[in-house]
Amino acid sequence: MTTTANPKTTKDTTVRASRATKDRSAGKRRSSTIIVTAVLVVVATYFLVPVYWVVVAATKSTADLFGTNGFWFAPTFALWENISRVLSYDNGIFLQWFLNSVLYAGVGALVATYFAAAGGYALAKYEFRGRNLVFGTILGGVLVPGTATALPLFLLFSQMGIANTYWSVLLPSLVSPFGLFLCRIYSQATVDTSLMEAARLDGASELRIFHTIGLRVLTPALVTVFLFQLVGIWNNYFLPLVMLSDSNLYPITLGLNNWLSQVDRLPEFYELTTGGVLLSIIPLGIAMVVLQRFWRGGLTEGSVK
Amino acid sequence: MTTTSHTAGAQPRQEDRPGQRTPTKAARGTHRTGATARAPWILLAPFLALFLLTFILPIIVALISSFTKVTRSGLFGEAGVTSGFAGFSNYAQALSDGSFVASIGRMLLFGVVQVPFMIVLCTVLALMLESGSAKWPGFFRAAYFLPYGVPGVIATILWSFLYVPGLSPLLDIAGVFGLSPDFLGPDTVLWSIANIVTWSYTGYNMLIIVAQLKSIPVELYEAAKVDGASTLRVATSIQLPLIRPALVLTTVFSIIGTLQLFAEAQVLKTVAPAIDSQYTPNLSAYTTAFAYNDYNVAAAQAVLIALAAFTLSFVFLKFTNRKSS
Repeated sequence: MTTTANPKTTKDTTVRASRATKDRSAGKRRSSTIIVTAVLVVVATYFLVPVYWVVVAATKSTADLFGTNGFWFAPTFALWENISRVLSYDNGIFLQWFLNSVLYAGVGALVATYFAAAGGYALAKYEFRGRNLVFGTILGGVLVPGTATALPLFLLFSQMGIANTYWSVLLPSLVSPFGLFLCRIYSQATVDTSLMEAARLDGASELRIFHTIGLRVLTPALVTVFLFQLVGIWNNYFLPLVMLSDSNLYPITLGLNNWLSQVDRLPEFYELTTGGVLLSIIPLGIAMVVLQRFWRGGLTEGSVK
Repeated sequence: MTTTSHTAGAQPRQEDRPGQRTPTKAARGTHRTGATARAPWILLAPFLALFLLTFILPIIVALISSFTKVTRSGLFGEAGVTSGFAGFSNYAQALSDGSFVASIGRMLLFGVVQVPFMIVLCTVLALMLESGSAKWPGFFRAAYFLPYGVPGVIATILWSFLYVPGLSPLLDIAGVFGLSPDFLGPDTVLWSIANIVTWSYTGYNMLIIVAQLKSIPVELYEAAKVDGASTLRVATSIQLPLIRPALVLTTVFSIIGTLQLFAEAQVLKTVAPAIDSQYTPNLSAYTTAFAYNDYNVAAAQAVLIALAAFTLSFVFLKFTNRKSS
């Protein structure tokens, strides 16, 4: 019982126990609950206000956006017009950007996770010459700022002729040194060497052992690595900005900034930008709320060395 | 469980027919060793190939071009381009550029204020969420983490709407109280950026700390309760020392992130005249490369930024290690 219970539930039982025995301590408990919750509500307001603002703003016409209170809805409800304008502007370029983001982040994160898992597993479960050198080099890669490599990568890709293509954003997204680092730690802790030996005696090839035993045991860590990489690519701005000049290849971040930069000349872009921001926040917002429990589970492995 | 039964099952089979088994097993053994020796490299190959292409090669390219000088002969470079070894002249040029050096200084000031503030904030939030005194911890955790899913560019667009006079309801509210804050002025815009960064990453760092808090054994809390320790005492004597690795990790990532700051400044530039094209080191390198087309100096700047990030993380790690021992 005690081993499976987490601190929170033990505290809960403490509350109940103290309430039964001592009224005064229960009262103290209740007042601290009110204070802590009140502080958390204030902080939550801070985190949610900008999101609330964009929801309200997306329902307004351009005139109302400037003429009415920003924190409350205007009499005319223009949400559907705004959204249909966002989706139809410039032959549906917004949808194109959205699909590009899905492609970069989805494919990139999936492949990156697989490669990081294979590499981390190899570094954890095999003894071979050069292992420490390889691992040390990759670990150095964790500390190299992503934006420091973007500029030279652009020069390199220009010479190779793949700048301003899907590949120029996708290829760098396939590598996750931090993911490999997490997979190595998790492989060391969870993949059973004697199970691998047994599979070897049964005649399984090394690759087959990785795919059947390794990947299955590593799944919780892989979810974490996948999510990290997914959000990392989705949020990336500098790399696509440096690489891409064709707006048909833009991810959503670059596209929306393109719209924002035009509001000075054409105020209608305010409506397009707020509508686009709202549409782009919804899928990731849902994903964050749903997936945060997976995220939490895997991260512990990374921070506890 | 399965492992022991497997090996146990293999053992008697070998002893049953030793004459037949031994030669094949020996042959297979050598074959196996070769396969086992190759296996890690096969598994590592895709990662290493891409790592070479997107990390090692760009770093080499950056180093080489930062030491290269391109000279154009003829009035418009029509007589050809020659490149040669430049020594440290690109670095000298980058470091003698007052705006670039100022941008690094600006990021140091930013980091000294924003990073400790954010780490303290996310630690306090994590401790409060995990204290068991809060109602609806799941809701708060999700609400705080939500901004991390909003890309920096879009977070900046969002906040810029709340900063711009005429559009911002915050300024309307402040006006009621007779205040007229200027979020985009030359003295305040840096802290407006700090606010966006804090908004984006506090929840993410908080989750890393929450994860480590959850790994603290329950027995420690029980022992503290028996000893009659207060909540504050539990936090300072048990929780804070045990979440040190998470605090170090989040601080190092925040330091690296601060020096990389780009999207927030670049996007806010469209509404804030106080932000120039060299406001952050990365913005400076970007401008040098794409506005001035001086890739060699830009490469030197990129190397300097990476070196600064390395040095700061290293100094911080050394400092925390010394303090602990």
